[in-house]
Amino acid sequence: MSVVVETGTRPLPPLGPNRRLKLPTQAERTLGNGLTVIAVRRPAVPLVELRLWMPFGRTHLARGAMLAQTMLSGTATMTATEIAAELQKVGGGLSAGVDPDRLMLSGAGLVTGLDRMLEILADVLTGAAYPADWVETERDRLVDRIQVAQSQPAHLARTALLKRIYGRHPYALQTPEPDQVRAVKPPALRKLHAERVHPAGAVLVLVGDVQPERALDAAERALSGWNGDGHVAELPPAPPLEPGPLLLVDRPGAVQSSLRIALPAVPRTHPDHAALQLANLLFGGYFSSRWVENIREDKGYTYGPHSLVEHSVAGSVLVAAAEVATEVTAPALLETMYELGRLAALPPKPDELEQARQYALGTLQLGMSTQAGLASLTSAYAGNGLRLDFLAEHAARLAKATVDDVAEAAARYLAPAKAVTVVLGDADRVAEPLAALAAVRTESA
Amino acid sequence: MPTRRARIPATKYPVERFTLGNGLRVVLTPDRSAPVIGVAVVYDVGIRSEPEGRTGFAHLFEHLMFQGSENLEKLAHFRHVQGSGGTFNGSTHLDYTDYFETLPSNALERALFLEADRMRGPRLTEENLRNQVDVVKEEIRVNVLNRPYGGFPWLTLPPVMFDTFPNAHDGYGSFDDLESATVADAADFFRRYYASGNAVLAVSGDIDVAEATTLIERHFGDVSARPAPERPDFAEPDLTAERRTSYPDKLAPLPAVASAWRVPDPVTDFTGYLPYVVLAEVLTDGDASRLVERLVQRDRSVTSVGGYLGFMGDPFDVRDPTALLLQSHLPPGGDVDKVLRTVDEELDRLATDGLTDGELARTQARMATHLLRDTDAVLGRALRMAVLEQQRGEPGLLNELPRLVGEVTEEQVRAAAATLRPERRASIEVIAGGGR
Repeated sequence: MSVVVETGTRPLPPLGPNRRLKLPTQAERTLGNGLTVIAVRRPAVPLVELRLWMPFGRTHLARGAMLAQTMLSGTATMTATEIAAELQKVGGGLSAGVDPDRLMLSGAGLVTGLDRMLEILADVLTGAAYPADWVETERDRLVDRIQVAQSQPAHLARTALLKRIYGRHPYALQTPEPDQVRAVKPPALRKLHAERVHPAGAVLVLVGDVQPERALDAAERALSGWNGDGHVAELPPAPPLEPGPLLLVDRPGAVQSSLRIALPAVPRTHPDHAALQLANLLFGGYFSSRWVENIREDKGYTYGPHSLVEHSVAGSVLVAAAEVATEVTAPALLETMYELGRLAALPPKPDELEQARQYALGTLQLGMSTQAGLASLTSAYAGNGLRLDFLAEHAARLAKATVDDVAEAAARYLAPAKAVTVVLGDADRVAEPLAALAAVRTESA
Repeated sequence: MPTRRARIPATKYPVERFTLGNGLRVVLTPDRSAPVIGVAVVYDVGIRSEPEGRTGFAHLFEHLMFQGSENLEKLAHFRHVQGSGGTFNGSTHLDYTDYFETLPSNALERALFLEADRMRGPRLTEENLRNQVDVVKEEIRVNVLNRPYGGFPWLTLPPVMFDTFPNAHDGYGSFDDLESATVADAADFFRRYYASGNAVLAVSGDIDVAEATTLIERHFGDVSARPAPERPDFAEPDLTAERRTSYPDKLAPLPAVASAWRVPDPVTDFTGYLPYVVLAEVLTDGDASRLVERLVQRDRSVTSVGGYLGFMGDPFDVRDPTALLLQSHLPPGGDVDKVLRTVDEELDRLATDGLTDGELARTQARMATHLLRDTDAVLGRALRMAVLEQQRGEPGLLNELPRLVGEVTEEQVRAAAATLRPERRASIEVIAGGGR
């Protein structure tokens, strides 16, 4: 019943000619101390984005987290408050973050303040002091933050999935326990900083209203005194997925279940990667995918299901995630396995593939259209040994992937038989229905 | 010696405005720096306009606008946008609802077609309505019911501060109300509020103004003319006595508290309003801000503190009545009374002693960066300009904001701080209920 409008027959306008992917002007230099600096020009707004990627694999989990939490807490010449205030003066700010691959300092500011931001960055890199009173305050704050994270279903589901798929690999545990954090003292942070915060292998990305060569000069002036050559730790390759019983993590009283499905994937440079990306889009990687159209737009089981190929230094993995109403947990899993199986067993339709291809190519353009987007992309690529020109190569691969290529990739990577499945939810209510579909092993959260 | 201040830069995005014969207002802001465009349609209806007994209806209706229209089957909108290389979404606010796409610029005409088609009329069917009620219930479970601090404070504080249904009710809606919604309700809502005269279209990015104008006339020109409904007065008197409530959150591991104070009308008294926007940042932006220094670092009485304008954090997208909000999470066993007292003390100190040398200038420089950064995204420009056109008839204000923020004086910030008295304050406390 359509109560508002009569349906019409206006034709959908065609697309204009495709715009070619145009890479921005950029320059790169490796400094004497081993730091790689990449500067990219996008003059749209008078700002500059900064990303400093430092390899940080195999670091003690709690110390690494505390180092990121306290790195900006003061130097020999400035207190934490002074660092923040001095950055603010040039419209700037810096924040530190850590994951199992890298330590990242990132920020943005008025482009007129680039020299000052780099100067403060250098002071932090060479002279972070980890003052005891600040470390104590920040330690308590980090513990509080971890406790809040541990009350979030998304975090709990992620934690369970990582543990399940990575076993003994360093990727298995990414959040320290509060007690481990409480044990971290300033000397351990100073030692970790001395051992691991160095220019060798690090990449600084500057994007914005800059002349790239001049930005490189500015970085060289500010950061060539940053030295140190402590050890570099290689991460072992991530282990292959080992399918097994569905892991049900009990969260009594949960009104939704968090479904997480891990599938094998390959790095960006692998010949299968473009076809895998397209297969992932067809499955659940964008709104117009089979999975979203099925479990959201047809069944109404969920709000925001999505699947994504995640790239890390030691390996890649495809993760599909959905929060579904408790009472439809098993039906949602059934549809998920159905859609994976259908894609793995039957070739996609050509027009369905064209739609996904256009999306993949278009979103490359969108991702490059802001300073912040360019900075994050350049940094993520550089952290994996790639440069922006890889975008053009990737676009070419996306453009020529055939139905057969995508069908093959789907069979190889998206087969439900290869899936590792974790469900976080109320075991009393979902264990039995799930057991009708798969062998189930239950754990408490 | 006073500190030298950073010069606040500005953007110069050109702005073209015109109105079609059917009353649709149009804003164009070309910028050819990247081959992408932003397209936004904003309707002047939001949470405050939904009828009693239909809480959550404005948001539910937003979902229905994606379920097919005159020439488009269900799912077609999503497929056409994404199949053109673009992304889309919509969102429901207190005073407006927006629909938007960002796409490669070769999809301009297609995006205009899609927006015009649903402006003519969505396909409102019983099946789509039931499906989207289910989807919205899952959205509410994800964002409110299944997580700690769900809806805090944007859904939980308005009923403390306000007395009338439009301002006080839960904008996500009760499950009962959502389930009671009918196709006839949706048809009425569309007829009343989704009128050409009640909408603004904004297009930003890689466009030629003359060509875009022709295409807009082609696709929107014959959308039937309906006038904007009269906007009700949502005014409420300011508080004269402190209000404070609390509620247990069984998922929350730490106590939390949020407070709000009414601020001047953001549209009719922009000059009086802006100092509050700056004040919120002086109080809470970064490690060198007043409340972070005092509460987080010195007293350690909170683990985080934030301050902002508008219940949805939308300083330049909201009409009166609105508020300045401060919210804190406390360590386990933290003392909310003490935190509120300390905030009062700091506000008093700011009002009495003023700012330190350079404190205002550095806060303004940082605000300029945030404002400029938001406008770098082509879609951000279309959305902000559409709302500025709708609420103020002044889309070009986007270019002026960094400068205007930079012109706020110390005296104005002090005077603003002086009005945030306990007796004008509404607060809500989350009582931690247990962690996992």
